[in-house]
Parts: sequence; structure tokens; C-alpha cells
Amino acid sequence: MDNSATSPPGASPRLALRGICKSFPGVLVNDHVDLTVEAGEIHALLGENGAGKSTLMKIVHGVLAADSGTMTWEGRPVRITSPAEARRLGIGMVFQHFALFDSLTVAENVALGLEGGGSVARLRDRIRAVSDGYGLALEPDRHVHELSMGERQRVEIVRCLLGDPKLIILDEPTSVLTPKEALALFAVLRRLRDEGRSVLYISHKLDEIRALCDRASVLRGGRRVATVDPRAETARSLARMMIGSDPPDLTDRADTAAEAARPLLEVDTLSLDSDDPYGTDLHEISLSVRPGEILGIAGVAGNGQNQLMRALSGERLLARAGAIRIAGRPVADLGPGPRRALGMAVVPEERLGQGAVPELSLAENALLSAWRHGGLVKGGLVRGRHTHGFARTVMSTFNVIAHGSDAEARSLSGGNLQKFIIGREILQDPQVLVAAHPTWGVDAGSAAAIHQALVTLRDRGAAVLVISQDLDELYVLSDRIAVIAGGHLSESRPTHAVTAEDMGVMMGGMMGGLTTGGLFEAAPTGRRPTVGGQETGHEDTGHEV
Amino acid sequence: MDALAHGDWIIGLGALLVAMIRAATPLALAAIGELVAEKSGVLNLGVEGMMLVGAVAAFATMVASGSLPLAVLAAMLAAMLMALLFGVLTLTLMANQVATGLALTIFGVGLSAFIGKGFIGIPIDGLAPLSVPGLTDIPLLGPVLFGQDVLVYASLALTLAVSLVLYRTRAGLIIRAVGENHAAAHAIGYPVIGIRYLCVLFGGAMAGLAGAYLSLVYTPMWVETMTSGRGWIALALVVFATWKPGRVLLGAYLFGGVTIIQFHAQGAGLAVSPHVLSMLPYLATILVLVLISRDSVKIRLNAPACLGKVFRSET
Repeated sequence: MDNSATSPPGASPRLALRGICKSFPGVLVNDHVDLTVEAGEIHALLGENGAGKSTLMKIVHGVLAADSGTMTWEGRPVRITSPAEARRLGIGMVFQHFALFDSLTVAENVALGLEGGGSVARLRDRIRAVSDGYGLALEPDRHVHELSMGERQRVEIVRCLLGDPKLIILDEPTSVLTPKEALALFAVLRRLRDEGRSVLYISHKLDEIRALCDRASVLRGGRRVATVDPRAETARSLARMMIGSDPPDLTDRADTAAEAARPLLEVDTLSLDSDDPYGTDLHEISLSVRPGEILGIAGVAGNGQNQLMRALSGERLLARAGAIRIAGRPVADLGPGPRRALGMAVVPEERLGQGAVPELSLAENALLSAWRHGGLVKGGLVRGRHTHGFARTVMSTFNVIAHGSDAEARSLSGGNLQKFIIGREILQDPQVLVAAHPTWGVDAGSAAAIHQALVTLRDRGAAVLVISQDLDELYVLSDRIAVIAGGHLSESRPTHAVTAEDMGVMMGGMMGGLTTGGLFEAAPTGRRPTVGGQETGHEDTGHEV
Repeated sequence: MDALAHGDWIIGLGALLVAMIRAATPLALAAIGELVAEKSGVLNLGVEGMMLVGAVAAFATMVASGSLPLAVLAAMLAAMLMALLFGVLTLTLMANQVATGLALTIFGVGLSAFIGKGFIGIPIDGLAPLSVPGLTDIPLLGPVLFGQDVLVYASLALTLAVSLVLYRTRAGLIIRAVGENHAAAHAIGYPVIGIRYLCVLFGGAMAGLAGAYLSLVYTPMWVETMTSGRGWIALALVVFATWKPGRVLLGAYLFGGVTIIQFHAQGAGLAVSPHVLSMLPYLATILVLVLISRDSVKIRLNAPACLGKVFRSET
């Protein structure tokens, strides 16, 4: 399977890793990893959560030091001990959780990423030049907190490009983008490759990798198990390499005849002023979810999802109790506790802080939301054995990798913690489940397991509301889909009656402010980018289900 | 009062203004230093302790050497040692900043009392105000603009310098970035801990200067706990001024002004409880600063998001 070396014989690869090992207390994260990246290629690094991708990239970028192993850069052995040194060699990184400073301007953020000085005024011109040249529209004087996720990513990319890097590392770059923004990003990356730069592309989205990358190295359990040409593989065969076995399939939807039943969750013309200075107000949101039905709400982050979640979960109370009803009962003036007692479960947006208390163990975190169920508490006292048993059931059912139910929540990787939080809520067998971004940052195998659990819950007759940016996910799961943009929610439509292109236009279009999405398109040097062009389906990012 | 000639009235007002500025200067010095430390993300509640150690070091050096510049330098160095201790505990050993800062103040109170035991009641010649022939004699404006001591001018220059460095230079940009998001600053290659050490040491030096002002200029003598809470006021000023140097200065002068006015009101035998009058500077300062900083978005833009958070780099 190992067919590396696409460069002409004799030329040294841009970056070669040999036998990289890295362990954290109790875990071997990278186990003798070899990896070769050539000049002018887009190389995918593929793997499940906890496979060691991010750790390996942190070693390349100088944030972490490897325990053993060697690195060569264009034929010369190097030791990279700091990000500044990586930058001097020509290695740039676009982080998954952006390394940006909210209260500073775009120009200031870029200045921080560059060696040496130069006035901010001159930098402004350079930013404009690069952003125009690559079609990455940016306003140097805007503050980062005002920008959409896609725009923030452009800041990181422009900051990276101003250092004229030879190798650019992107960590799950499309997780925050609309489909259209993702296509535009791919065009930029292809252009960088054609200029002779190397791109290391970390992702677990298999279709993307097949559409974009020249080679793919697969990590599993800290080892590199294969390097392949992803275009010669299927999503299924890649998934098999990642997981080590065949990925589970979703059972066919049971198509429960939910039409007649009374809705379990209803929202009636809910308007809400945001309590966050950077938040989006909600305007007359109405929706209903019947038993045995999954309603998907699509939208780019920052369009009111978090206020809607706060209203639904009971974190924010409303004076008009009837604005939200569970099984017909007005609950909008009730806090999270009474709502849970009525059979509602919630998977919030933030894993650490909202979904789990970082410093508490998994068992304690399980207890915090599940104490009403399964006899975890008796006579006012916590039953430790039951609690740990429940936590362990969640862990085994949802394949959570951690050192037992005593592990602190913050010690888990993001994807693993997400699996734990979702599992904890689903195993309480709720009547109504509201889940925000259920598979954000979760690998393919586990995502399929989470999807299966949501479908099973629905088939048992629960009403499920899923808020997500991931259209593929909503297509797989939802019976009906609605779009949230600028605090307005569209009418919901049956999933089969909406195309991905419709959705993309609605997600970007309803709010008007996102026209920059159009500027993000492939624009050869010198040509002004087209605005809002209909760029549908010129890339194969087909929605495999 | 009507017996006073017109000229006496002018002289009285001039003296009042001079007194207000002198009361405000130590607050401004200490608060500007703490502002820099906080902008880099470190909350040092030990300002009071650092000021006291600075004050006693200045006084002792003055008595021993008779040199004012040496005394000021000694105050800054002594307070920087205190700040270094705070830095080692919170930045290197990652102790909790709030608890360590409180401990630093308690330590400073004890240490300064211990060192200062032999210096109680000794008189010194304090720092004299400037006297520019011709200019200082101008009625009212003369003493206010040209008749201050050199540390007053230094405090104004330092405020301006801090403002320029923070908002106009690359070094200031890096300091703000470290305070805003230390993980990101680390990820793009800045030595977070080293930068914070420098800012904490600067805060210490300024607190030492403020202490020196108290024991050399304001009341040229040594009295135990002679800072009487000014370190805490300086801390509060930083927050109420929403981390802006200009507003810190404004707050300090406001506080100094009302302090002096209420002294005079008490002296004039106003029929209000002296305790109520003593509250006035605090109330007035808080009220004004709360009013000018109502905009929550602006506060969030100025407040260092990583303030008080321990930075732990992965290894």
C-alpha cells in the first residue's frame, strides 16, 4: 500500500519525518511515524480522533517536541523547537481553532504572525495585495470579533501566505465553512500547489480528501498505516484504513408516519434580543418537531444558533411561557431542570464549560445531567457504583477513549468528549433531544455511530432537533430541514425536496452580509473575482450517504 | 474669608491644585504599572505590598545616603524584587494569581514594617518642587504647571509613553496579544511567560516609584502602612478605567482632587460626618468612571481576555 515518492528520483522531499515518537503520560500518541511531503503536492493526513494527527502537526510546527525520530527539510536534517523557527524554515500553519486575537484588527493579527516590523500602514497594502491576488477578500481595519468564521480563516491564510511559506499545514479547515466557501478554499489550495508549495491537509472528511488531495497518509492509533492516492480509493476503503474495519452503515430510515401525531417540541414566534454584544438577535422563530422525526437546522455559525440553543435549553428564560412547548406544555419560563424532568435532553454547543465541567471526572459529569435517571441518586445520596456504571456504559456504547470513568473531562480529546456528552444524553432515553453540532470534530467512524444513535432514538418515537453546519450530516439525518440566517428561520422542507445548492444559497444568501463568500472563489491573478456567481457542482464533493 | 485679599485667594487655589496633583501622582504611577501587567494578562493584587516595600526602601536609602536619585532607584529595585517573587510563583510555578497577590501584599506590609522599625520619626529633606525663575511665580498657573516636583512630570510622561507603546508599537501589540489570547500567542511563536515577566517587573518598578513618592515627597517620613490602601485604589482604577492609560490618569486626578477637597471641607468644619466625607473620593471616582465606561462592547474590547488565567504550555 505504501507508494510514496512521486517526485523525480534524486530530488529531496520538502519534508521527511522518520520514526517520530511522542508519548503523553500513559499514552503513546505517535508511534514511529514516517511521513514524506513533496514539493507541489496536497498531502492529506487522515485519521480518527485521537489517531495522533494534531500531535504530529504540532511537532512539525515546533509547538511540541518529539521524544525521538528525525526530521529533514529539503534534504537537511533539522530540529524545530519553536513555531518561530518553523516559520523561518517556511512552514506555516492554519489552526483549527484559529490562533487569532478577537479584540485586535485584521492588520494587527497579521502583523503578529510576521517576523520583524514594518509599519502597520505598509502591511495594510501587503494584505490587500495578497488578498486580492488569491481572491481572499479581507478588510485590514476590521476587528476579528466582527468577522464570520470563513473570514477568520482567510485572516489566518493571508497571515500564513505573507510569510511566503513552502509548506502550509491546515487543520480541519472546512469544519467552519459553508459548502461554497469550502469550494473556494480548495481553489486557493490548488493554486498554492501549482506555485510549487506543499500543503498538508488534515481532515476526516473523506469526500473532500478524494476531491482535493494528491496523496493521503492514514494514521491509526498513532501509527501510519498507509499512504495512498485518494483518488484511486473510495470513501469506504479510506474509512476502512482509518478505522481498521468496515464503518457501520445507517439503518434505513423507518419512515414513521409522524404526520398526524401531535408535536413534542414546538417553538412559537420566538423573538429574543441577544445577551452577547457580538451575538445575533432572534426574530419570530417558529418550528415544531413531531415524535419520530428529526428536524435539521442548517446555517453558518453565528447566525443565532447559540441564542436559539440557550432559549431551548432553558439557559435563558422567556416571559411568555407558550413560546416553547414540550408535549403541549408551555415551558419557556422554566429553567433547564424542569425541562429535563419533562423528558428533554440537550447537547450544547460548547463541550467544555456547557456540555461538561472540565475539572470533574466523566462519572461526575454524567451524574450532573443524568441524576434523574436510572437510580443514580437514592435518598439524596449519590450511588457511586451506579454512576460509574452509567458512565462506563456511555463510554463503551459510544466508543469513548479515556482512562476510565475517573478521567477528567478536560483530558479527553474534543471528539471523544463530544461522543461522551451525546451518549450521556441519548442513554437517558429522552422524549425530546436538542443537539447542536453533534459530530463537530468527531471522526467518521464515531460520527456514523452518533448518527445511528440519533436515528434509533427517533425510531423509538422521540422528537430530535439537530442544529449543524454540516450539510452532509443534515442530509443523512433529517426528515425535514430549515435554514437559520441572520436570526431568521426559514420554513422547513422535506429533506428530499431540497438540494445542496439550494441550501448553500439559503445559508449564504438570506443574510446578505455574506456576499464575501462569492469573493472567495477561484480568481486567477489579475482578474477581479466575480460576486455571488452560481458556482454549483463544478467540484466533485458529492454527498455520499 | 472676605478679609482675604484677592491675591491670597489665587494663592490658596494654586496651593489646592498643587495638593490635588500631589495626592493623585502615587495613584497614577502605581495604576499605570499595574495596567501594563494586566494588559499582558497578569493580575497582580500585590500592588499595596510592592508600594510599601518601595516606600521603605526609598526612605532607608535616603537616610543612609542622602541621595534622592539613589533612593528612587532603590525603591524601584526593591519593588521589582517583590514583583519578581510574584512572577516566579505565578508564571513559573503557576500558582493562583489572586491568592499569590494577596499574600504578596500581606508579606509587603510585614517586611516594610520590619525594615522600617529603625526609621520611625527620623526627619529627611524631601524632594523639593521645581522652581523656574519667572514662570513659577505666575499667579495660579505658575505653581501648577511649573512648580511641581520632578516625579509629577515623570508620571505624566510615563503615562503618555505607556499609551504610545501599547497602542502604537509592535512591542505593545505583542503585549496586548499575549493578554488577549495566550494560547494563540504561543502558537504563533511568542514567549508568553517571558513577556509576562517583563510586564510584571515593569508593574513592580512603577509601584516602587509610587511608594518612593509617598515616603520622599508626599509625607517625607516613614510610617507603618503609610500607603493606607492606595495600592488597592490603583487596582480599582485600572478596572474602572477599562484598561486605558488616559482614563487611569483621569481617575487618579479625580480621586486625588476629591480627597483634598474633603480634607478642606473637614477643616472648615462642615456639618457632615467626617466618615461620610472620607467616602467621597471613592464614590465620586467610581461614579464617574462607571459613567464613562458604560459601553459593554468597548469594555470587552479593552479588557484582556486572559487576565488572571494561568498559562501552561504543552510539552
